[in-house]
Amino acid sequence: MYKVLEAKKLTADIYLFKLQAPLIARKARAGQFIILRVHQEGERIPLTLADWNADEGSVTIVFMAVGTTTCHLSRLKPGDAVTDLAGPLGHPTEIGQFGTVVCVAGGFAIAVIRPIIRSLKQAGNRVVTIVGVRNKSLMFWENELRQDSDELIITTDDGSYQRRGLVTEPLKEILDSGEDVSRVIAIGPTAMMKFTSLTTRPYAVKTIVSLNPIMVDGTGMCGCCRVSVGDETKFACVEGPEFDGHLVDWDEFISRQTTYLDQEKYSYQCTAGEHREHRS
Amino acid sequence: MNKRPVSRTAIPRQSAGERRRNFNEVALGYTAGMAVAEASRCLQCKQAKCIEGCPVGIDIPGFIKAVTEEDFPTAVEILKSDNVLPGICGRVCPQETQCEQLCILSKKGESVAIGRLERFVADWERLGSRPAATVPGTAPSGRKIAVVGAGPAGLTAAADLARMGHEVTIFESLHTSGGVLKYGIPDFRLPSAIVDEEVNNVKNLGVAIELNSVIGKTQTVDELLGRFDAVFLGTGAGLPLFMHIPGENLSGVYSANEFLTRVNLMHAYRFPAYDTPVKIGKRVAVIGGGNVAMDAARAALRLGADKVYVIYRRSEAEMPARREEVENAAEEGIEFVFLANPVRFFGDEKRNLTGVECMRMQLGEPDSSGRRRPVPQEGSQFRLELDVAIVALGTTPNPLIARSTPGLEVTRWGTLECDEATGRTTRPRVWAGGDAVTGSATVISAMGAARKAARDIDDYLQRSTGSNPAWKENRTGDDKRR
Repeated sequence: MYKVLEAKKLTADIYLFKLQAPLIARKARAGQFIILRVHQEGERIPLTLADWNADEGSVTIVFMAVGTTTCHLSRLKPGDAVTDLAGPLGHPTEIGQFGTVVCVAGGFAIAVIRPIIRSLKQAGNRVVTIVGVRNKSLMFWENELRQDSDELIITTDDGSYQRRGLVTEPLKEILDSGEDVSRVIAIGPTAMMKFTSLTTRPYAVKTIVSLNPIMVDGTGMCGCCRVSVGDETKFACVEGPEFDGHLVDWDEFISRQTTYLDQEKYSYQCTAGEHREHRS
Repeated sequence: MNKRPVSRTAIPRQSAGERRRNFNEVALGYTAGMAVAEASRCLQCKQAKCIEGCPVGIDIPGFIKAVTEEDFPTAVEILKSDNVLPGICGRVCPQETQCEQLCILSKKGESVAIGRLERFVADWERLGSRPAATVPGTAPSGRKIAVVGAGPAGLTAAADLARMGHEVTIFESLHTSGGVLKYGIPDFRLPSAIVDEEVNNVKNLGVAIELNSVIGKTQTVDELLGRFDAVFLGTGAGLPLFMHIPGENLSGVYSANEFLTRVNLMHAYRFPAYDTPVKIGKRVAVIGGGNVAMDAARAALRLGADKVYVIYRRSEAEMPARREEVENAAEEGIEFVFLANPVRFFGDEKRNLTGVECMRMQLGEPDSSGRRRPVPQEGSQFRLELDVAIVALGTTPNPLIARSTPGLEVTRWGTLECDEATGRTTRPRVWAGGDAVTGSATVISAMGAARKAARDIDDYLQRSTGSNPAWKENRTGDDKRR
């Protein structure tokens, strides 16, 4: 069992949990993920680490309560525990002295881009961060992200805060401005990563995306997370989760990600409605 | 002398019609009467050939003799002194190509049903009111050993080493112990409760198990070497193999590992009571001819598929699966498509699988494996409409440990470089055994390799006695090797 040390709601449906996991905290690096299972009947789901603290022996995850597992997770209180937690998994983000790096994040993933931004800054890069959310109420960590980046641009779909529009628009402006962008790193909803990759492709700027396929074991045994990258099949859990966004077969990726959409909806209805007899 | 029956005692089974829609065990096991009758067929050979066929060297005539005398407690003791997982082995070992193949009775009739007797004895103990037999251990050695992986190899090494008096900790990456016995083999062939029970027997020997420990990630082998006297790697098989044909990553194409893990480990057959779903649809094809292919096909049928095909590129005679499992599958209504090989999967505009195109094959000259090589017949393509395809072609080794352990060498297939007789790897104080060394093989061969390694580890520890063996002086150096 892995104790919940802190549980708070950051904004509508988005939660921050700090979990006790000293061994994982000791090893964690930017861009890695953990696999967790909330209870005995639960699924194993991957979540990218938002933070960790080796001294405290804790890891921090940020998630949106949109499905069965995240819904169950969101109901836990400090002192409760999740049944299983394994990690840190996947390759860490490649950090080098690249020059200018544009980090693009959307939705609740604006939390998980933060360790990447920090590592890039520490390595001496100029970091421009672009985050996109649906509306003002879903924005969080603005000060933190501003502090960690050289420049922060915020977009909202409905224009309720700062720039109206999608993350790809300011990204295109930067690329057009003539600034020498060495690489773009995108993490967040699949459509956002896909369109970020499509935006940068004509400029031939290396674009790294952090994929979040469905996983079961997450340790290189089941092959659920396979993704076509160029001519190759890659296993995101042990060969990723970060890949060249220009080489990912996005339509196939989206299709694999939505394999269980109907079952997920049904399961979520059961969970949200508390219809399960075997659970208190 | 009584005339011995030429045929073995039949084992009661669920009927095909009944079992094809449930996950209960197919074979129901001998009653005590049946077991005694079957055991009485044994000739009690002085030079028992059957023992030579057993990778863990069980005293087969010994335990069978106890069964004939209805002395089941003694049978349990004999069996368990050589095999800590008898309930598992009695069910999933390919006895027909090991102990039973060498049984002298098989020359004129059917061999003694050694596997069924092993299973009977294990079940008798498990279901009995009598507490599990404890095999007396030796005095604590004060030595500590880390075992990586709680599958057949790891559990066997751990049990043997614990009995030798060493303090053993198993590190398991998944949330439960058992490895392939838990995620791979379905309940209808090996009930999960039996695995749990036999894992508990290992724990009762004093073995500690740390779950959710991904060695190579959570901790490295070098870190373990800093805290333990020796490390045994029983990490099992790794990434599933695919065919590298078009459409292989469409939604609806599974590896057998994924499909079976969802069903067995994650209990997807009880969705939505369990949260993990699995997709079945009406028409399913499993590609491959091994035991894993049979397990996947029979699981798909039980989950409600109307039509389940097994596509295999050779003919029935070359199938690597156990005869018994092929017969079970056929009885249940699995349709075999022999001499056919998929050339591409096709899907709809949403990239969901809709079918497979196969080519007919013909058998040519024998290849390096001794089996006749399948040769494609040009222009023989045909299609099968499908909702789900399951690729069961084996696995390649997991890269996590080799990648994170300097000096641990791998073969060109990615398996761990290892001395066959002792299980020693290319790193001092690190041993290995099972699928991580051999690639996909059987439960019992992994157990046999683990037993050899345990013996060698014990020898090594005996030799390096004293409170400060040579390697300890280098312990700090070890820690720095990262």
